Amino acid sequence: MDFLQISLVLVVLLILAIPMGRYLALAFSLTTTRLDRVFGGVENVIYKISGIRVADMTWKQYAAGVLMSNIAMVAIAYLLLRLQGFLPGNPNNIGAMEPLLSFNTAVSFLTNTNLQHYSGESGLSYLSQMMVIIFLMFTTPATGIAVAMAFMRGLTGQRSIGNFYVDLIRSHTRVLIPLAMIVTLLLVSQGVPQTMEPTATATTISGTEQQIARGPVASLVSIKHLGTNGGGFFGVNSSHPFENPTPLSNVIEILSMFLIPASLPFVFGFMAKSRKQGWVIFGAMGMMFLAFLITAYTAEVNGNPALERAGLSQLMGSMEGKEVRFGIAQSALFTAVTTAATTGTVNNMHDTLTPLGGLVPLGEMMLNSVFGGDGVGTVNILMYAILAVFLAGLMVGRTPEFLGRKIEGREMKLIAIAILVHPLIILAPTAIALATEMGTAGISNPGFHGISQVLYEFTSSAANNGSGFEGLGDNTPFWNISTGLVMLFGRYVSIIAMLAVAGSLIAKTPVPETLGTLRTDNSVFLMILIATVVIVGALTFLPVLALGPIAEWLTIR
Amino acid sequence: MSRTRTVALPKDLYQRAFVDSFKKLDPRVMMKNPVMFVVEVGFVITLLLTFFPHLFGGASDPFYNGVVSLILFVTILFANFAEALAEGRGKAQAESLKKTKQDTKARRLQKDGTIQMISSTELRKGDIVIVETGELIPSDGEIIEGVASVDESAITGESAPVIKESGGDFSSVTGGTRVVSDRIRIRVTTDPGESFLDRMISLVEGAKRQKTPNEIALNTLLVSLTLIFLIVCTTLLPIATYVNAAIPIATLIALLVCLIPTTIGGLLSAIGIAGMDRVTQFNVIAMSGKAVEASGDINTIILDKTGTITHGNRMAAEFVTVGKTKQEDLNRAAAQSSVYDETPEGRSVIELAKKQGLASSELELPHSEGVEFRAETRMSGTNFANGVQIRKGAVDAIKKHVSEQGGKIPSDLEEKANRIATAGGTPLAVAEGNSILGLIYLKDTVKPGMRERFEELRRMGIRTVMCTGDNPLTAATIAREAGVDDFVAEAKPEDKIALIRKEQAAGKLVAMTGDGTNDAPALAQADVGLAMNSGTVAAKEAANMVDLDSDPTKIIEVVAIGKQLLMTHGALTTFSIANDVAKYFAIIPAMFMLAIPQMGALNIMSLATPQSAILSALIFNAIIIPILIPLAMKGVKYTPMSATKLLSRNLVIYGLGGILVPFVGIKLIDLVLVALNLV
Repeated sequence: MDFLQISLVLVVLLILAIPMGRYLALAFSLTTTRLDRVFGGVENVIYKISGIRVADMTWKQYAAGVLMSNIAMVAIAYLLLRLQGFLPGNPNNIGAMEPLLSFNTAVSFLTNTNLQHYSGESGLSYLSQMMVIIFLMFTTPATGIAVAMAFMRGLTGQRSIGNFYVDLIRSHTRVLIPLAMIVTLLLVSQGVPQTMEPTATATTISGTEQQIARGPVASLVSIKHLGTNGGGFFGVNSSHPFENPTPLSNVIEILSMFLIPASLPFVFGFMAKSRKQGWVIFGAMGMMFLAFLITAYTAEVNGNPALERAGLSQLMGSMEGKEVRFGIAQSALFTAVTTAATTGTVNNMHDTLTPLGGLVPLGEMMLNSVFGGDGVGTVNILMYAILAVFLAGLMVGRTPEFLGRKIEGREMKLIAIAILVHPLIILAPTAIALATEMGTAGISNPGFHGISQVLYEFTSSAANNGSGFEGLGDNTPFWNISTGLVMLFGRYVSIIAMLAVAGSLIAKTPVPETLGTLRTDNSVFLMILIATVVIVGALTFLPVLALGPIAEWLTIR
Repeated sequence: MSRTRTVALPKDLYQRAFVDSFKKLDPRVMMKNPVMFVVEVGFVITLLLTFFPHLFGGASDPFYNGVVSLILFVTILFANFAEALAEGRGKAQAESLKKTKQDTKARRLQKDGTIQMISSTELRKGDIVIVETGELIPSDGEIIEGVASVDESAITGESAPVIKESGGDFSSVTGGTRVVSDRIRIRVTTDPGESFLDRMISLVEGAKRQKTPNEIALNTLLVSLTLIFLIVCTTLLPIATYVNAAIPIATLIALLVCLIPTTIGGLLSAIGIAGMDRVTQFNVIAMSGKAVEASGDINTIILDKTGTITHGNRMAAEFVTVGKTKQEDLNRAAAQSSVYDETPEGRSVIELAKKQGLASSELELPHSEGVEFRAETRMSGTNFANGVQIRKGAVDAIKKHVSEQGGKIPSDLEEKANRIATAGGTPLAVAEGNSILGLIYLKDTVKPGMRERFEELRRMGIRTVMCTGDNPLTAATIAREAGVDDFVAEAKPEDKIALIRKEQAAGKLVAMTGDGTNDAPALAQADVGLAMNSGTVAAKEAANMVDLDSDPTKIIEVVAIGKQLLMTHGALTTFSIANDVAKYFAIIPAMFMLAIPQMGALNIMSLATPQSAILSALIFNAIIIPILIPLAMKGVKYTPMSATKLLSRNLVIYGLGGILVPFVGIKLIDLVLVALNLV
């Protein structure tokens, strides 16, 4: 039954992802398409109003566009949070958010991380919810999709890497807004509230009064997942019955957060004019995902041996921190998907996952390329693909080339920066946190689990995931500053480095394919790609994982 | 295959490499190799810990620190030894060349016509010198007057002297070679220190060795991996301290050294030097490592027909009778017409006639005299004592010759001659007296084995294009026979450049060979230009490789060497990185087993003790370097096949092997350590 549930969801995902890939390829085409007739009118008005010149950009212009627009966004977000007490749309009279928490919150939503160190209901005014949270929930995945499009154009040698502003607008008009509307309606059909009415007051059977929070939940939950954002309307995120009432809504949420990341490899296939190429990238990510999913499911379904020894039945698996309406299968699947797609929404508490079950979200975020967040995940796996091409390409006795473009010193330098930054911004702050009082003070469960808590917080920040292991007292200056910086480095270093790679590759004369060319569209390359991700990406973290979840697992076995 | 310049590895080479590997311990030298530099820093730290175990606070086992330190020291020595050995071979070659470059005396011709004896080092570009029999040519130059046979064995290893003469494509001479006959006047073309010999010495010596583009890219990857593991290991200390799992500094350094790619890091420069050296041993001088590497990337090879694909001299392939002539008569007349013909063509006629059963006695022609080929008559032959004249020559010329003597032209002559021409051959008519007996079918023959070579290239994904001045028909025939992929007929030198540019515009890398001055622009344009040593100075300067044996087909081997160089880099990098998997399984449980006994479950190799596990991994990490030195020097075996097959093969050997071998190796070392009671 569990198997059927899980495989059904994955099959539906695949059925949706392929046409979605074709649609995205068309939507972001550099040439005129029939979609322009549908969306062109609105888009042209937007271009005119905002003074956007629709011309091809160099990678530097593109990167500048990303940075400038994102700096503007974070500045607006920060000011709104600081000034929310004086601004309208604040019926509950919520005061200004303190500076460091504002910094952390603004950065968190800007980087598509949605790490929440504040408490949603009491920390934000309605205006902040709409102008900061929901606004960024649309613009950041749009930025990610734009960057992915530019990167893939560079790799496949299109006319140019495109125009950032055009890609940004199109992500909204052609992808996120229409999809969000559909998903919102689907969620409403499952009973997710969508109302502007104030908090309801109910009288319980015992006669006491209960305040039931509600609001425009469905619209936020839809973009929360579609944009791989993850910041929930309610504190407990998608475990809350109003955010995720039924197993079907659970499936809708899983599908909507995986839809764009899973369809981007197919976009790559279309751009490269080689469907097989798209399948190889999808296959590598898919196989890694399955391995993680199976690990998580097995670990959870087998229950917690420590609790079993304490006399608690583990027949249903490890149900601590899970919702009965989802059970193990839907919880494990949700956990595997939310950290693969680096959404960070949760339908169960990751802190109470069994050690190996908790290893899965950690591992997926460390790799940061098992589908990954909107756009950036694809960029990451393609970066690993370039690395794999470099190693394997030399072995066939030629200067390595990917899709006819030579991978040389400049590309390797840029990739070196990207693969270096990820472990650096996870391990260095983890070490600092564990070595200092300001870091260890927040840990609720010392010992191996404490390592996992800290490691999870920084991994989640670096991968721009945003889910928390919870149990960590993280609204302190130390955590706000450290995770804020980690989120910024985690997002922008690799975005800029990869745009530079795209700019460098697009300028190269393509090398024709011959018998002597390394093929990157077959199963051999798929295996090399997975091996590269695992050996370069994962083994780096093995020592620290050994001290965290693995040690915990071994000691409670 | 041509003969290779073999430099054996004598004992003193090993001795010198051994000494050099200590000299290279100098941190200023080690800095150039960041991976091994990290190992050296680790060595210094563990050495300090051996004598001052409390240096970083806490107690540590001085004996254990000492052992780790020693293994690290040996690791560095092994890597240095590999590099020194590779360099040593080059140095040995350079020294033998330097012996040639003695300070010779030169006779410089002054402006007033007098001769001044000066040292060869004082010669400047443009000076004119005179060299006589038995003297060494003092500098690179061009013969402006005279013909001489020159012994170039000092450079080419070829003992037979070559003829050099002024004008044309054989006018360049190299400094350090010896004139064995005659007297020549030479215009010096290089300043001191820039001569061919100088460049060759510095190249084989590897003194100014520049890293190749792929080596730079690979080095970037290795440095970033090293930095990653540096981060991993330094952060592990505070993280482990948090759960009270104290890690000895020496163990942490051992983990770091095992994880960073020391295998490839230690062998990287040796592979590069050895790759260049393989080219040199093959008697090809590559002006840069970049050129060697580029040859591995070649997509198209442009080859001259004459001299490269074919022997370059037309050979008699068949005797075709006309009219009612008997075959034996034609065979005899053809052979007799060639008795005085010393050209390869003439000799091939006699050879063919003999092969077809002509008695040698028929060729003893007393009192006859030979008629030499002249441009006006376009025929040659033999005049017998009895007045009979036998002629062979161009069909038109013979027709004219026979008509003049009142003879008739056989009706089928024209048709048969055309048939030969169509087939790509050259027809020569044979006349005895005033009658035409038949035709000699002259054919430019393809060198044996060329077809197979081109087939090989095709399997490597390389296209061959033949360039020839012949007409399209002849060219097509030879192209078909040789099995080249494409040909350009009636090609002029500028066509070659155009062809190269066209291929390059399509993103292809082009290699070509050439020797003449008019080849120079094309040689410069090509990504890999291989000039013949017998060629002109201009050609040699434009090219980025010079073949000392002047064998144009060598370009094919150079491609293979280039590929091998890249493959060796790739294979050993993959092996090195794949090794990490086993090392993790050896060291991680060992590191934490004392603090967390349950970690023993990860000790899947069931290594005896934590210390033996760490030392085994470290020892494996060290000894794998010398084990792989022969492979680094020889290069990964390369057989032409498609990239997909090649990749699968190398992946199994170096990828899968790289994962499995250390599991076996570490376990074995652990068993030995236990057996020797060392741990």
